[in-house]
Amino acid sequence: MTPFSYSRADNAADAIRLGVDAGAKFLGGGTNLVDLMRETIERPSALIDVTGLDDGIVDTDGGGLKIGAAVRNSALAADRRVRSRFPLLTRAIVAGASAQIRNMATVGGNLLQRTRCSYFYDDAGSACNKRTPGQGCDARHGFHRYHAILGASPQCVATHPSDMAVAMAALDAVVHLEGPDGARSVALTDLHRLPGERPDIETQLKHGELITAIELPPLSLAGNSTYRKVRDRASYAFALISVAAALEVKDGRITDVRLALGGVAHKPWRAVKAEAALMGQPASEASFLAAADTELSDAVPLPLNAFKVELARRTMAAVLGKLTQTSERRA
Amino acid sequence: MSIIVNGVDVPLPADPRVSLLDHLRETLHLTGTKKGCNQGACGACTVLAGGERILSCLALAVQYAGQEITTIEGIGTATKFHPLQQAFVEHDGFQCGYCTPGQICSAVAMIAEARAGIPSHVSDDLLAESFELSHDELRERMSGNLCRCGAHNGIIAAIQSACADQAQESNPVAAETAA
Repeated sequence: MTPFSYSRADNAADAIRLGVDAGAKFLGGGTNLVDLMRETIERPSALIDVTGLDDGIVDTDGGGLKIGAAVRNSALAADRRVRSRFPLLTRAIVAGASAQIRNMATVGGNLLQRTRCSYFYDDAGSACNKRTPGQGCDARHGFHRYHAILGASPQCVATHPSDMAVAMAALDAVVHLEGPDGARSVALTDLHRLPGERPDIETQLKHGELITAIELPPLSLAGNSTYRKVRDRASYAFALISVAAALEVKDGRITDVRLALGGVAHKPWRAVKAEAALMGQPASEASFLAAADTELSDAVPLPLNAFKVELARRTMAAVLGKLTQTSERRA
Repeated sequence: MSIIVNGVDVPLPADPRVSLLDHLRETLHLTGTKKGCNQGACGACTVLAGGERILSCLALAVQYAGQEITTIEGIGTATKFHPLQQAFVEHDGFQCGYCTPGQICSAVAMIAEARAGIPSHVSDDLLAESFELSHDELRERMSGNLCRCGAHNGIIAAIQSACADQAQESNPVAAETAA
């Protein structure tokens, strides 16, 4: 690890003042950043510990929730309001990492974790445009089972590894930011970038900007929602693909739907085309598969991950089928 | 600044690069906590922070200033086993033993999580008040602790047995550590 200074921020203003330093990075639970520092992929000169900042979950008007960025993943998953109003979010979080890691990791840090592409981690032996811009991408012709099928570029086929963020993408979550130039809010689906020519730039955060909270707007259909993760082992593995969905069915027709995919792209992938295709349609497997096909018509798979297109298609249909049953039971 | 390890106030390292794991082992000579992968993949370094299980390899010691850390040395001793330790012996919950301190620290907190009504990936009803530690629940909840010898079946049997014994008695396994 490269030497660094460590300080603990007492509040957001304090963190932002300390964070303007060019080599500074904010530190949450450390479950990804400390590992990357040990591998010398990340070399901050100063760490600003922000785990002492807002760790509350408060109700907002109409049944929404505002989640402090320092809330631990496990605390968010366990919150009874989340479990009843946004079950897909609890399902997504408990499908990720291990209990130990969920106890450490913060919500803000989860959003900003970096890809687990093995070529990104291997600075001694592999080319990676994300780690070293212009170097090339060894994943494209290497082991890319876990890599992107949507929204990738010739420069980068890495995926965003978060489960939590996929559920939040489906929920129209809003990310609250504070920085040296003031406060602003961005849609979670706009926080992360597609790789394009600059896979090293992963989010639209400016240097020194801090995630202070994530807001979940009220969404009654989220009461009928779930998250399904498909992976190479039953637990403690990253997603090959995952599906976050909320569905409302009335008289056999889809009246509202939210759908997002994980493990398929450089960012949590909100399946807007599939959502549009589903609205007003009969809640049938034929509709679900047709909508999935619409979303996946843009897929550009690689030789070792071509199976993920069909896997995503079937999993979307299976999840929507299950939610149709539970929606009818609720009605 | 200091950190409280097994009830004793001890200094923190001057260099912030020192992980909690290395501080426990190399400075405090509490070598029960093991370094397995050193990258958060195996769970051998599991300790309790404020009663919650964490990975000490991914923790910088300075992050835990003022907090209470419990290692395997604070859970049981060679002459006074914690009930989980006794159950691991009785059910062949280990072979080489390297992952065992992490398994036991993890299990102590895991039992408390289930009793507190925290759901897992395999829980059907997210809104249940508490969760029975079935075979599937235990395998899921303990999945952050790998055993390369492959003693997982013994580990699950040991935890189930310790839970059953404690359910019959008045004091639960989780309370044993706090006492």
